[in-house]
Amino acid sequence: MELLIFYPLALVTILLALGVVFNTSPINSAVSLIGMMLGLAAVFVLLQAHFIAILQVIVYAGAIMVLFMFVIMLLNLKAGDDRAWKMRERNLYLSILTGVLILLGLYKLTDKIQSTEFGETAKLPDTFGTTIEVGTKLFTDYVLPFEVASILLLAAMVGAVVLAKNKVD
Amino acid sequence: MVNLAFLVPLFPLIGSIINGFYGLKIGKDWVSKIACGGPILSFLVVLCLWVSLFFHPEGAPYPEQILFTWVPAGSLQVEFGFQVDPLSCVMMLVVTGVGSVIHVFSIGYMYEEYSYYRYFAYLNLFLFSMLLLVMGNNFLVMFIGWEGVGACSYFLIGYYFEKKSACDAATKAFVVNRIGDFGFLIGIFYVFQTFGTIDFSSVMAAAPTTLVYGSETVTLLTMFLFIGATGKSAQIPLYTWLPDAMEGPTPVSALIHAATMVTAGVYMVVRCNALFNLAPLTLTIIALVGGGTALMAATIGCTQWDIKRVLADSTVSQLGYMFVACGVGAYTAAIFHLVTHAFFKACLFLGSGSVIHAMHHEQDIRRMGGLKDHMPITYLTFLISTIAIAGIFPFSGFFSKDEILFHALMDGNVIYWGMGVSGAFITAFYMFRLVFLTFHGESRVDPHVHPHESPAVMTMPLIILAGLALGGGLLGIPLIHGWHILGNWLEPVISFDWATALHHSETVLASHGHHESFTELLHSKGEHHPNVWIELLLMAFSVAVALSGIYMAYLFYRKHPELPAKFTKGQWGFDLVQEKYRVDELYDEMFVKPTVEASERLWKDADMKGVDGAVNGVAQSIGFMSKIAQYFQSGFVRNYAMFMVMGFVVLLIII
Amino acid sequence: MVPLSHYLILSAVLFSIGALGVLIRRNAIVVFMCVEIMLNAVNISLIAFDNHLNQHDGQIFSFMVMCVAAAEVSVGLAIVIALFRNRPTVNLDEFNLMKW
Repeated sequence: MELLIFYPLALVTILLALGVVFNTSPINSAVSLIGMMLGLAAVFVLLQAHFIAILQVIVYAGAIMVLFMFVIMLLNLKAGDDRAWKMRERNLYLSILTGVLILLGLYKLTDKIQSTEFGETAKLPDTFGTTIEVGTKLFTDYVLPFEVASILLLAAMVGAVVLAKNKVD
Repeated sequence: MVNLAFLVPLFPLIGSIINGFYGLKIGKDWVSKIACGGPILSFLVVLCLWVSLFFHPEGAPYPEQILFTWVPAGSLQVEFGFQVDPLSCVMMLVVTGVGSVIHVFSIGYMYEEYSYYRYFAYLNLFLFSMLLLVMGNNFLVMFIGWEGVGACSYFLIGYYFEKKSACDAATKAFVVNRIGDFGFLIGIFYVFQTFGTIDFSSVMAAAPTTLVYGSETVTLLTMFLFIGATGKSAQIPLYTWLPDAMEGPTPVSALIHAATMVTAGVYMVVRCNALFNLAPLTLTIIALVGGGTALMAATIGCTQWDIKRVLADSTVSQLGYMFVACGVGAYTAAIFHLVTHAFFKACLFLGSGSVIHAMHHEQDIRRMGGLKDHMPITYLTFLISTIAIAGIFPFSGFFSKDEILFHALMDGNVIYWGMGVSGAFITAFYMFRLVFLTFHGESRVDPHVHPHESPAVMTMPLIILAGLALGGGLLGIPLIHGWHILGNWLEPVISFDWATALHHSETVLASHGHHESFTELLHSKGEHHPNVWIELLLMAFSVAVALSGIYMAYLFYRKHPELPAKFTKGQWGFDLVQEKYRVDELYDEMFVKPTVEASERLWKDADMKGVDGAVNGVAQSIGFMSKIAQYFQSGFVRNYAMFMVMGFVVLLIII
Repeated sequence: MVPLSHYLILSAVLFSIGALGVLIRRNAIVVFMCVEIMLNAVNISLIAFDNHLNQHDGQIFSFMVMCVAAAEVSVGLAIVIALFRNRPTVNLDEFNLMKW
């Protein structure tokens, strides 16, 4: 039953990811990415990680992707901008080589995963992945990393402001 | 009293340090005061030590002053200590006594030199090293002195370093000495391997009960030590450096290359007499080498024109006599001749220095002559020493040389004696040739040069040394038993327990299945009182030989001055001798040239192609590899990232 | 019931697609998007293992990953804007300053 949901979901996600890579227009890429994020949120739900799934939708599909869209539109990037620049002759071969290499790595990785014995899946309680469970963990065992993460975000915010502002002085 | 021993080498060392570092600042007067003060103070201390030895209880071991343990390495325990026994005391007296006199002489001789202080710093350093050599209570301390005197000899021969010949001579002396030192060092290792200690007193005490008479071990051991002695004491085959060493200042030749350093080999052999006694083969070789050197150097001396070279060859020849004495086991005679030789040869060298000083550095005796009226004191002292070296009664050389010849015949055989007597004849001839050509006859002096007597600071040492050369023979009056002062004095050091040693050898050999009896040998080593008349006869004979040598010199160079030229003209034999038997050329051909060629080949093939090629090759390959690496550094971040992924994939595949 | 290996293979495939995009695209913003794909792929395997082992640590980690992604994107896009101001392009091949 779950497999029936998983396969189409995985297929759609992979296709959308490919769409991100191979779309010439940055806007199209961004829209594909949003679709992929939503698909992944569904995968998370399938894995009973409800809290993370919600977070995925809110943070990624909501906040980060809006930022992307905003920048693309701000810089007024159009389709084909990528090609407007002269191709350097080496890039084509390099791209093919890269693709081959990555396929090779992927093959090896898949091989590895399939040949590994992971053992029995644990029996999950009903409360698995709920906000209470994850929140408790986050504010007890992982409180220090949590606070560090907040500092990281603050630093990123300041950095972004400093970098992006006009040089007035 | 023995606690004062450390002062003896300390004074010259202090003098050397002060003169070496502050010599230019303190001025020549202070330099000379400090330089002469050190040896004289040492001499006084040695006198105290010498007197204290008279009160030494008979049979007790001689005192040693241990300053500190120098090498505490497992079973090798080397102490830095000084030994004060009759033998080292005699040597110390000679070294500091003659050394002080020569230092004083040097003040006059070297006064005009700019680097006066450098000369005295080296001279004091030499004295320090020589005293270490003589006083050391083990082989290693002796070896420091041994190397130290070699180094100082190098410095002093090369004192006039702006002269190429002086530099070459210094290098030659150093290199030739090094060959001998190598043998000596191996000898020391061998001693340590055999005895487990390198302390003189322990080794000598253990020798009779450790070594087997005539065994391979003791023969090899003593041969290595003897190689060391041939290097330092200028014997065949390593004697070639000494005549060339005359490039140094004349007082240096007197101190180092006549009186003290070159006798180090003799001293070492006498010091190790317990080892040499057990090696009859080595002793035979020593005697033959000594006799051969005595004869060969004497013949060379007849043909040289340089006043100092004649004396140098004479020194080599006299050292040969000392080794003959060692070779027949007459160690007292060797030391006796060493002492008298130090007196008269130092006097001769200083006399020649005085002549050279007066002649403004002219050394060729063909341009001298008739000097006796200009420099009476120098002439008189030189004559006394010449008579002494020729061996005329009652001068010191007579006693010591005669004792050696007597022992050569009695304890050795006719061959040694024959060599010695012919050497004595030639010695008398060439020494008087030197005197006649230098001081007598018509003046052949350059008219621009006005010879004059040297100042008192130079003549006083000459007088002192001439007095010693005259009276030094009293130390060893022969004939009457018990009157040989030096013999009695050295008796405790060179007495050897033949009975124990031979008995031990018999037992060891028997345990190995060789039944050999040394009883006869033991009897022959026992006390023998030779006939007084034989001794008298030998003396008369050697005096006759010396007189005939003198007469021949008189005939050749005073009566008929045209004779030598007539005899020698066109004779290939004479040319050969004059060119010193072409030994230098032979060594050049045999050792120097192959070494130079091999070095050149090493330089051109191994170094320039091999080593340099490797270094340049590394540089070139780095350049080549950078060219390849340059291709990777395109500057495009994505390319870098791709290489990262490549690496990642490779890693993945490997895992 | 979906086996763990399926999730892991999905994660690997997405990661590879992201890496490919990072390497072959020249548009800086698309490269950023591909980095996001890679980060998300990692999240899948983290949560899949969580599910497999009945733990919550993986979810905490994916939470952290999201934080880092948010920070990275905000700074990264700021840099892109700054670069764009210097030179009117987002083509990464134009920026080869790393050669020196």
